[in-house]
Amino acid sequence: MDDKEEKHSKEENAMSRRYFLEIVGGGAVLTAAVGSAVVIGQYLSPNVLREPALRFKAGLIENFSADSITLDKEQKVFIVRGKEGYFYAMSAVCTHLGCIANWKPEDGVVACPCHGSKFNKEGNVVDGPAPRSLPRFSVTLDEQGQLVVDKSVIVGEDVILKV
Amino acid sequence: MKNALDRIVRSQVWRSIFRHGLPDSNRSRAETVFYNFFLHLHPTKVRKRSIKFTYTWGLGGMSFGLFIVLVVTGALLMLYYRPSVPQAYWDMKDLQFVVSSGTFLRNMHRWAAHAMVALVFLHMLRVFYTGSYKPPKEFNWVIGVVLFVVTILLSYTGYLLPWDQLSFWGISVGTNMIHAMPFGVGDKIAFLLLGGNIVGENALVRFYVLHCFVIPVVAIVLMAIHFWRVRKDGGV
Ligand code: HEM
Ligand code: FES
Repeated sequence: MDDKEEKHSKEENAMSRRYFLEIVGGGAVLTAAVGSAVVIGQYLSPNVLREPALRFKAGLIENFSADSITLDKEQKVFIVRGKEGYFYAMSAVCTHLGCIANWKPEDGVVACPCHGSKFNKEGNVVDGPAPRSLPRFSVTLDEQGQLVVDKSVIVGEDVILKV
Repeated sequence: MKNALDRIVRSQVWRSIFRHGLPDSNRSRAETVFYNFFLHLHPTKVRKRSIKFTYTWGLGGMSFGLFIVLVVTGALLMLYYRPSVPQAYWDMKDLQFVVSSGTFLRNMHRWAAHAMVALVFLHMLRVFYTGSYKPPKEFNWVIGVVLFVVTILLSYTGYLLPWDQLSFWGISVGTNMIHAMPFGVGDKIAFLLLGGNIVGENALVRFYVLHCFVIPVVAIVLMAIHFWRVRKDGGV
């Protein structure tokens, strides 16, 4: 190997000043860009939501007659009172794409106006595109005889409130 | 009269704006095109075939014209429309019943929006049937597809603004579809888009900002690139 060749390969391996500055500069820009993206992402996600509380008072039990189904429009929940006096709370939000379903006493079904899903009084799908039955929420009774529904607690069909 | 015109054309002010004489030779005709900001997008020569009306049917140009109509009517609607839950619906009613020409403006915005979606789609069909998506114009076809999506998104985000039953349920159903994306990605996107779990105040403001600022800016940038490429490829 003569001198000339040796010098050449040395130059190729060593990092040039320009390349070094490019890495440092590019790295700084990239870090700033990623940092900004993360900060903006956090900014877009609200920390406090002024939305209706998931736990709410649905009313006094004597307001609900036996064998009735009542829609709480604000909370989008059906309060169902059975013949024998028991209660359960069922979501009124259609499991298809989230419209509010209505109780149709003449047909005995809960029907969704958007794409025609139908559910029975127990919340099971009887017709239409809805993939799942309507979920049930926990119902308890407070000291004043008010029904308290908690939408964050989903219960099975066997859980009812006996009064 | 001729003298006065001559003096204006030869004045320093005129010549600082137009750097060439009146177009009387091929050279000054070409200069007229590429020294003018609005004309510089044009190729200096266009094929006769591509300015034939039945080749393009003017569909792209009409889509752009409608966009201009939407920008002007939209900016005017913004003067009376406030994007908040207690006000939005009543501001729309005010526009219809109290503001002079308000109904006309609102209807113009609405009809132009429907027409723009239809025309952009027809424009896409024309490009497809004339095979104009082929090299070297593949990338402009891609920009066109993105512009079509952007048009749909403008229409969709505008749909929430009147805050009536149609708006509310339209956006509820549409954003619920996002939840179908797997691995919780859909839930996260829907949450960020609505600024919460329900279609409420945050969602209204977010859709307003998207509709009146973010998406129009994206559309304008894409259109600039789209037109520039059309012209460099020898189109009108
Ligand atoms: C810079 C451009 C635009 C601005 C500033 C703008 C602004 C607005 C404003 C303030 C509203 C609320 C008032 C109303 O609902 O009538 C609105 C509604 C609407 N916008 Fe736009 N807009 C723009 C472009 C577009 C485009 C390009 C489209 C569709 C292709 C579109 C589609 C709609 C629709 C469908 C509505 C609902 C109209 C109604 O219910 O009467 N907008 N826009
Ligand atoms: S949202 Fe109820 S059927 Fe589609």
